[in-house]
Amino acid sequence: MSSQKRVKNSQSQGKPSQSSNSYQTNLSAWKVKEDLSDSKSISKHGQNNPVEDYEHADDKAEDALQIAVRYFEKGPTKTSRSKDKTLEKHLKTVENVAWKNGLAPEGIDVLLNVALSGKFGSAVSTQILKCMIPATLISEDSVVKAVSWLCVGRCSGNTKVLFYRWLVAMFDFIDHKEQINLLYGFFFASLQDDALCPYVCHLLYLLTKKENVKPFRVRKLLDLQAKMGMQPHLQALLSLYKFFAPALISVSLPVRRKIYFKNSENLWKTALLAVRQRNQRPSPEPLKLMLGPANARPVKRKWNSHSVIPVLNSSSCSKECGKKGMSLSDYLSSNGSFPLEQLKSFPQLLQNIHCLELPSQMGAVLNNSLLLHYINCVKDESVLLRLYHWLSQTLQEECIWYKVDNYEHGKEFTNFLDTIIRAECFLQCSVLQSLKELLQNWLLCLSVDIHVKPVMNSPLETTLGGSMNSVSELIRYVGWLSTTAMRLESNSTFLLHFILDFYEKVCDVYISYNLPLVVLFPPGIFYSALLSLDSSILNQLCYIMHRYRTNLTAAKKNELVQKTKSEFNFSNKTYQEFNHYLTAMVGCLWTSKPFQKGLYIDPEVLEKAGVAQYKSSLNLVYHPALLSYAASFLLQEWPEERTVNLSSIRGKKWNWYLDYLFSEGFQGLKLFIRSSIHRSSVP
Amino acid sequence: MLRVGPGLAADFIFCPVVRSFSLQYLCLETMDSCDTPESTPRQRASSRLKDYFIGATPLQKRLESVRRQTSFVPTPPRRKIPQCSQLQEDVDPQKVAFLLHKQWTLYSLTPLYKFSYTNLKEYSKLLGAFIAAEKQKGLAVEVGEDFNIKVIFSALLGMKGTQRDPEAFLVQILSKSQLPSENREGKVLWTGWFCCIFGDSLLETVSEDFTCLPLFLANGAETNTAMIGTWFQKTFDCYFSPLAINAYNLSWMAAMWTACKMDHYMATTEFLWSVPCSPQRLDISYAIHPEDAKALWDSVHKTPGEVTQEEVDLFMDCLYSHFHRHFKIHLSATRLVRVSTSVASAHTDGKIKILCHKYLIGVLAYLTELAIFQIE
Repeated sequence: MSSQKRVKNSQSQGKPSQSSNSYQTNLSAWKVKEDLSDSKSISKHGQNNPVEDYEHADDKAEDALQIAVRYFEKGPTKTSRSKDKTLEKHLKTVENVAWKNGLAPEGIDVLLNVALSGKFGSAVSTQILKCMIPATLISEDSVVKAVSWLCVGRCSGNTKVLFYRWLVAMFDFIDHKEQINLLYGFFFASLQDDALCPYVCHLLYLLTKKENVKPFRVRKLLDLQAKMGMQPHLQALLSLYKFFAPALISVSLPVRRKIYFKNSENLWKTALLAVRQRNQRPSPEPLKLMLGPANARPVKRKWNSHSVIPVLNSSSCSKECGKKGMSLSDYLSSNGSFPLEQLKSFPQLLQNIHCLELPSQMGAVLNNSLLLHYINCVKDESVLLRLYHWLSQTLQEECIWYKVDNYEHGKEFTNFLDTIIRAECFLQCSVLQSLKELLQNWLLCLSVDIHVKPVMNSPLETTLGGSMNSVSELIRYVGWLSTTAMRLESNSTFLLHFILDFYEKVCDVYISYNLPLVVLFPPGIFYSALLSLDSSILNQLCYIMHRYRTNLTAAKKNELVQKTKSEFNFSNKTYQEFNHYLTAMVGCLWTSKPFQKGLYIDPEVLEKAGVAQYKSSLNLVYHPALLSYAASFLLQEWPEERTVNLSSIRGKKWNWYLDYLFSEGFQGLKLFIRSSIHRSSVP
Repeated sequence: MLRVGPGLAADFIFCPVVRSFSLQYLCLETMDSCDTPESTPRQRASSRLKDYFIGATPLQKRLESVRRQTSFVPTPPRRKIPQCSQLQEDVDPQKVAFLLHKQWTLYSLTPLYKFSYTNLKEYSKLLGAFIAAEKQKGLAVEVGEDFNIKVIFSALLGMKGTQRDPEAFLVQILSKSQLPSENREGKVLWTGWFCCIFGDSLLETVSEDFTCLPLFLANGAETNTAMIGTWFQKTFDCYFSPLAINAYNLSWMAAMWTACKMDHYMATTEFLWSVPCSPQRLDISYAIHPEDAKALWDSVHKTPGEVTQEEVDLFMDCLYSHFHRHFKIHLSATRLVRVSTSVASAHTDGKIKILCHKYLIGVLAYLTELAIFQIE
């Protein structure tokens, strides 16, 4: 027995891994194992049984399953009187394992075949189908094979219905869908069966891609609609078709209906939850079953009913029709662009940024943080103009129509404002960027003027000193603004990046623009950047500190050369401030002596946190932004070491570590260390 | 009702001076150009830099135009008196007749994104299907199917102020007769049209992906307007807002339309003031013989061919003081809600009826200006 089991296992391992998914499958397999061991340890505690016993029991169950599967695979035997009994026993086994741990893809493959071939009769097929619960995933091949049985006409109508329900319920666990999508025409033809129609509609709803929407299918669906009336499942599919091809079909959904499919997965509810947990990913499904509620908004007091933000729809006919002479087939096969509805993650955004479809109504981006990212960096004027017009008109209209006594409307308006404010981190970043550009233009302007005419001749500022005061006021204002924004956005890294961008300009005023001005950043920005978890922020900070140093050094040198006390000599305060920051930085990155002065933390708190030795625990190795670099450095250089001993990075290793960091792109850090630290003091 | 005779104004000169004018309607006073004596070297340098740094992208032009608006009086203090334009004569007279003598509800409309005049037929089909689907909620319809309504998009060629203005277009919803023998093109259920007359200030702020038709006029059931407007908003990412006309702009209209030279007057000049008092609103109607109104206008009118703010104020003040002399009511304390002249009539709710074919473009030009002001 056990040998057979081993064979089975090795089979599943040896199975040619299916392209990209192999990693995922392995990972999930590992997860299951872990789960099992967890449950073992629980049972050990509970029953006080020896471990082996349990394992033995587990093995037994596995073996029983193998026997059961083989029994079903071979088909029913005619003779035995005990047939019913055996069958029942094996069914029970399969059920138990399936509901407890789920079935492996191979098991499902065999059993699906059995169920749909109808070998054991309709009742058994039903029972088998009900327990087709995957441990993690279902192979696409199994599904395709199962569908092929539907053509033979060996299984009853009920079995077919159950199979479609099962397919819908398990749709997310099928490893690939390309082959299944090729069967689109077959599924579509099954719509004619009245009993199957709702479930097939649901399946098609999940399966449909833009290229599946064809004029003849639209016509067929409309015929069905004429025959069967206003069925929610047909409505759902039709509206999806309209979404993909608005030039072919038009449908307006009733106001109140939100759910278009009966819960096909009712039968497997608990099992589905368990599988999802095993697969450890958030369930994407329930969302798909509803068309967004905003799709079916009632027309309100006024017909400009989208005081609420419009629904995200890929730009439809306006774009397609814009191209002259584009035939319907061109339109249907155009898949050069990435549809919005598929945009779910940031990496997807990055991969498709060049061919992203934009929403038909730009206001919709407010509800989509990924698209906000996109329009924040895209320099397309028309995108911004569309948003600008929509936003200004909406705000104008909403403010005028705002009535305090109308609770519902008031609430809606507040929600709208909330959404705008939530989108505001992007706005704040844009504001900062504009301020940076303003500063840059102003500085360029001034630096040109200096050369044109040494004495300023302007109605606003008559002296260079006056201009410099105004510029430094702007910089201080931005500093104050940034500090506040950082607090409001709870130290958002994204925002900090833009703030440091601004200071990258500021720190270089003296040298780049030849203007006598050095303004440092406020402590709120400096310390947030210094203790940031993000390594690129730290690197940026190092670069800025390096430039500040260069600028201040140059200024000092000039002062010494000129010897005259000009009005543009920097006060000692600036130098002191810089030195203070520099001390803090060197303390945190190099000497492991952070915050020697002016910081008091209750020792008891430190004791509790287990970092009583915090003073020696902060340097290039232990800095939260660099810790992972330190670890990968050790793993890379000494892969044979069993433990990662961070404290071993000392002496020579310290220097290698530095080189490693520089090779990883920490150029700012490199410049900072070269300029600010005398390398004799290697810790 | 009160008749105001020509004896009203003492320095009355009966000599309507109307010269021929150029097409340019809007005369923006650039105050800064005359106020600053000469630019200093620094200003020259910075303006050069400005040209360099501030690119001429549409958005920046928009910003410029916003600045221009906020730094000066929002409405230009002087406008040309509407004239019969050459372009208007190209317009199909049948279509023009169709637009006249109808009450239109006004809307402002932000620029249409990716609208194309070559696709009007396609739009007819799509909008038709959209309306059919809306009317039978939940039942899908095929685009191009035969419904009992028909949608027609058609261009209103020549309906523009300058050559730069985009072509106006008309959308009509017709009911189809059920009987094939009868006239298939049944009665018009709803009409709406989009136009832009002297829209330069808006045109220069957008890129070529946009079509600027800031003025939208609708005639028909409000529900239809809502449905069709929704389709346009979804399809061209634009935004419709009702365009109300405040009392200030109504008095401008009164003055400009009174100033128009007419061969014969078709209607009484009438003003309607509303007194906000409870429980019932009190309306004061003030009708004047159109020739008397013209005479009054001519007496206050000084700048040939143009209307200035001063003249508008004076014109209205004369009416107020005359009314006060007879009824001891200060009309200036009430609100002007409607103005009717032989050229056109306008209501503060944003309703307009144009009567005179000759000044159609002139009336639309002012409405376009108001619409642009609302969307900027």
